[in-house]
Amino acid sequence: MEHYTMNLTLKVWRQRNNKAAGSFETFQVSDISSEMSFLEMFDVLNERLISEGKEPIAFDHDCREGICGTCAMHINGKPHGPWEGTTTCQLHMRAFKDGDTVVVEPWRSRSFPVIKDLMVDRSAFDRIIQAGGYISINTGNAVDANAIPIEKDKADVAFANAACIGCGACVAACKNSSAMLFTAAKVSHLALLPQGSPERKIRVLNMVAQMDKEGFGACTNTGACEAVCPKEISIGNIALLNREYLAAGLTADK
Amino acid sequence: MLESNIPSGPLDNKWNDYKGHIKLVNPANKRSLEVIVVGTGLAGASAAASLGELGYKVKAFCFHDSPRRAHSIAAQGGINAAKNYQNDGDSVFRLFYDTVKGGDYRAREANVHRLAEVSVNIIDQCVAQGVPFAREYGGLLSNRSFGGTQVQRTFYAAGQTGQQLLIGAYQSLERQVALGNVKMYTRHEMLDVVLVDGKARGIICRNIITGKLERFFGHAVLICTGGYGNVFYLSTNAMGCNVTAAWKAHKKGAFFGNPCFTQIHPTCIPVSGDHQSKLTLMSESLRNDGRIWVPKQKGDNRRPVDIPEEERDYYLERRYPAFGNLVPRDVASRAAKERCDAGYGVGNSKMAVYLDYKAAIERYGRGEANKQGRDGVGDEEILRMGREVVKEKYGNLFDMYEKITGENPYETPMRIYPAVHYTMGGLWVDYELMTTIKGLYSLGEANFSDHGANRLGASALMQGLADGYFVIPYTIGNYLADEIRVKPIPITHPAFEEAEKAVQARYEKMMSIKGSQSVESFHKKLGKIMWDKCGMSRNEAGLKEAITEIQELKKQFWSDVRIPGGIDETNSELDKANRVADFIELGELMCIDALNRKESCGGHFREEMQTEDGEAKRDDENFSYVSAWEFKGDSNWELHKEELKFEIAKPSQRSYK
Amino acid sequence: MSLTGLFLITFLVVHAGLNACIWAGDHGEMFNKSAHFMGTTVVVRIVEVGLFIFFIIHIIQGYVLSAKNVSRRGHDYKISLGNRGSKWYSRTMGTLGTLLLLFLIMHINHFWISSRFGGIANIRPLPEVTYDNKMYHDLYSEMLDVFRNPLVVGLYVLGCISLAYHLMHGFQSAFRTLGVNNKRYLDLLWYTGVGFSVIVSIAFAMMPISMHFGWVKP
Repeated sequence: MEHYTMNLTLKVWRQRNNKAAGSFETFQVSDISSEMSFLEMFDVLNERLISEGKEPIAFDHDCREGICGTCAMHINGKPHGPWEGTTTCQLHMRAFKDGDTVVVEPWRSRSFPVIKDLMVDRSAFDRIIQAGGYISINTGNAVDANAIPIEKDKADVAFANAACIGCGACVAACKNSSAMLFTAAKVSHLALLPQGSPERKIRVLNMVAQMDKEGFGACTNTGACEAVCPKEISIGNIALLNREYLAAGLTADK
Repeated sequence: MLESNIPSGPLDNKWNDYKGHIKLVNPANKRSLEVIVVGTGLAGASAAASLGELGYKVKAFCFHDSPRRAHSIAAQGGINAAKNYQNDGDSVFRLFYDTVKGGDYRAREANVHRLAEVSVNIIDQCVAQGVPFAREYGGLLSNRSFGGTQVQRTFYAAGQTGQQLLIGAYQSLERQVALGNVKMYTRHEMLDVVLVDGKARGIICRNIITGKLERFFGHAVLICTGGYGNVFYLSTNAMGCNVTAAWKAHKKGAFFGNPCFTQIHPTCIPVSGDHQSKLTLMSESLRNDGRIWVPKQKGDNRRPVDIPEEERDYYLERRYPAFGNLVPRDVASRAAKERCDAGYGVGNSKMAVYLDYKAAIERYGRGEANKQGRDGVGDEEILRMGREVVKEKYGNLFDMYEKITGENPYETPMRIYPAVHYTMGGLWVDYELMTTIKGLYSLGEANFSDHGANRLGASALMQGLADGYFVIPYTIGNYLADEIRVKPIPITHPAFEEAEKAVQARYEKMMSIKGSQSVESFHKKLGKIMWDKCGMSRNEAGLKEAITEIQELKKQFWSDVRIPGGIDETNSELDKANRVADFIELGELMCIDALNRKESCGGHFREEMQTEDGEAKRDDENFSYVSAWEFKGDSNWELHKEELKFEIAKPSQRSYK
Repeated sequence: MSLTGLFLITFLVVHAGLNACIWAGDHGEMFNKSAHFMGTTVVVRIVEVGLFIFFIIHIIQGYVLSAKNVSRRGHDYKISLGNRGSKWYSRTMGTLGTLLLLFLIMHINHFWISSRFGGIANIRPLPEVTYDNKMYHDLYSEMLDVFRNPLVVGLYVLGCISLAYHLMHGFQSAFRTLGVNNKRYLDLLWYTGVGFSVIVSIAFAMMPISMHFGWVKP
């Protein structure tokens, strides 16, 4: 891969804390290597800011290998930036060219309040899981793992849905700020497995109720969530959630 | 005196016997006993969930924004279990034996045997939770092989096994949160353990959002905060991984076991420049099908695809015909370093070797053609079909490689180089996972216990979950049974006051330095010292230099570090500064430990101690012990030794030839 | 939204079918008879009440949903994702729906009021015509009259375009909301939806156009 360096103009959202009003701040960064990751470019900028006696830009990040779901930047209008199926940390500077202007914003949703600069609070996702995103089994209750054969195809689809990293890009991209793709990925992961079937109805009802309670918008099937999902979770899951929800709603006793 | 509390009796009956005789806590009493769990990775989340299920009042803490972010999530390859579903001769004993041998006879036999025993329950538990392990067409679980073993006992979920297991544990944890048995504190970093009458009774945390210090009481405290590989700055650990919780416990009296035992993973994506912030692992499972080679000719600058077969040196297959590319990690890493140091490295930096999938792609392609009953298929078509198979098995890893390097690994061999990955050392614990502080436990990678001097692939997930799901729920009861009369200690107790004051003073001191060098620059310097002198190979002179350099670095840090921002607000630099300060102290101890251990074993390679053909040479006579270091004050530690007795797995020279 | 939407889609089919009668080439006889049938049959009139209710529910639901959703973002992005993530018409269902509502009001005013109430309350009575010794409202000639105005034709065509895009999203979205998640069916529904939207809308649009340009017998 041909290596090159570039100079960029960055416009980054700065916000002191949850209460303060924020605004964009413009930075020039130079000699950025095309082999750097996007976050390493931020590291370079932050080191410079510190040496200039300024405050570095706060952003969430951890594993930097695209799996923990912590990093969350809205880059040039797209969650996680221009590459398909990629988290912010896996985005590399090869995606940009010399002279580009890059606008970086936090996830925007009433349900994801900004904590500082580019950090947001995604604890609503944890509460959706608490509402039913699990199989109720206590440690030690399990039967032998091979006692329950599961069709390979089903297991594969369940796995693909379980690959959700809970980053929130779906919410960030959705014009309604809906958390349907996140919720649907979990509902269908568990609904597709026989282990998850005893709690199917109550799970979907409770998770959807919690989602609404958290203030996420309703899904209108625009498909933006699927387009930006770094793990390429299928929007088909939302339809599956709808089916589970309708079935549960129609057959519920109360 | 170090008492490891290993139950008596025959090895394969110790755990059962122990479980049958320990003290129990009745359900009503459990409700009034509070347990603090620090860290929510595999060990922490599984422990918090299991203890919550039992009825204890649990408080769980993590510095992430959600417990699901812990770095266990990044484990790729798989989890071992002695299920013997493949009918290939596996058993609890063989898993035990492989682990002890793989650890180069520096692990405690009783712990390892227990680990092998409960390994089978882990798989059952995870499947019941809905973890989508890979399956065969018949609907049953699939297995693959992993380094250092000759059976297929590794369960996996594509290249995201850690993620799936962690999500399983996380969901169980969230269920307990919903039920009110666990109270979850996210974005809280533990900064000290509070001792009352010599027992761990609570912790001091910093609320990462507000910057405020907070106090929490618990009848017992569990440290499940993972390893300290980030002491090397560049490692496969997440950016936030740190030693702080374990280090605070150490400074309060918990001994630190085998700090110098670090694992260098052989298959990572090489460093690309000074900007590098972390290294990315390519799962060891890639060695199942990939072949590792360097050119036979020094400084060969041809493209790898242009180098003909006979001019390639498949050095692992050459040196270790029995295990070939599947030798344990320490062996594979050193062999790569040896080739690169000798001038055969590849890539721009010349610090890399090739991991080649050409042969595997061809083999799978032919297999596929055979399966489809197609004769006379063209080479291109064979390769296409082979790529499809490889994509299914390793697709996400290949994609990741391409994103990072911009090279297509289906077409050209991957460049890999060893990188720091795991730390076998950690807080010293006894058989019950209790540290030398009463009521303070350590689980998972944070403790030193099961992997000896080298961990086998797919064993970290196993150990984390074993400790959390199946060990601590029993052993903690044996301690808490005597604590049922202890009323919750109010957090206004002088011990809490004092601990918080000390933390506050430390933070104020750091903020007041207002020097000229960034936290990051100190971390980088420390990392370089550690990698150069306490990395893949170590020698006496280098280690002595390193100790001096680290002491000097520590002085500089405490006089010249620059931390922007304020103390009572979200301040990532301040959090990082605190962690780096702890890493600096730990680095010194690691070098001291490495210097003390004048033998080569597992991941610890002392250049003075090697066989004629460059293999690690153990010294069982003098070093068959666990080094447990007691903190005695600034740069001052006392060594305690726990003798290792091998009654079943008799030490022998590890040979993978 | 999906249930009411699907009901309205079936209504469109019926409506388009009736409209197609203008091309029978019989000077509007078939069309006027059909309109008469629709206007005088009890069952149809009851269904019509249902239709109005569904329209109203669909409209209210739509506005409530849009109002709720639009408030969820909080702070707008400086650069939005736009067409990189979704189709413009998927994101503007509310606007398209509003255009359709305006169109509907005009449309009802043009024909429905006069055909249903024209004779009763004497508001804009329709001309009459006799087939087989029976009197019918001559809705057909009323249409010829209305569509003489090019502005009206233009507005009708715009209405049909809005309808096409509204359906393009709405058709397949309704099935997704009702839980069709089979990939094969979803693909099928997508193409069916696009085909349906285009064909139905063109069929509707052709009516004023044909009349305006005199492609049908007066």
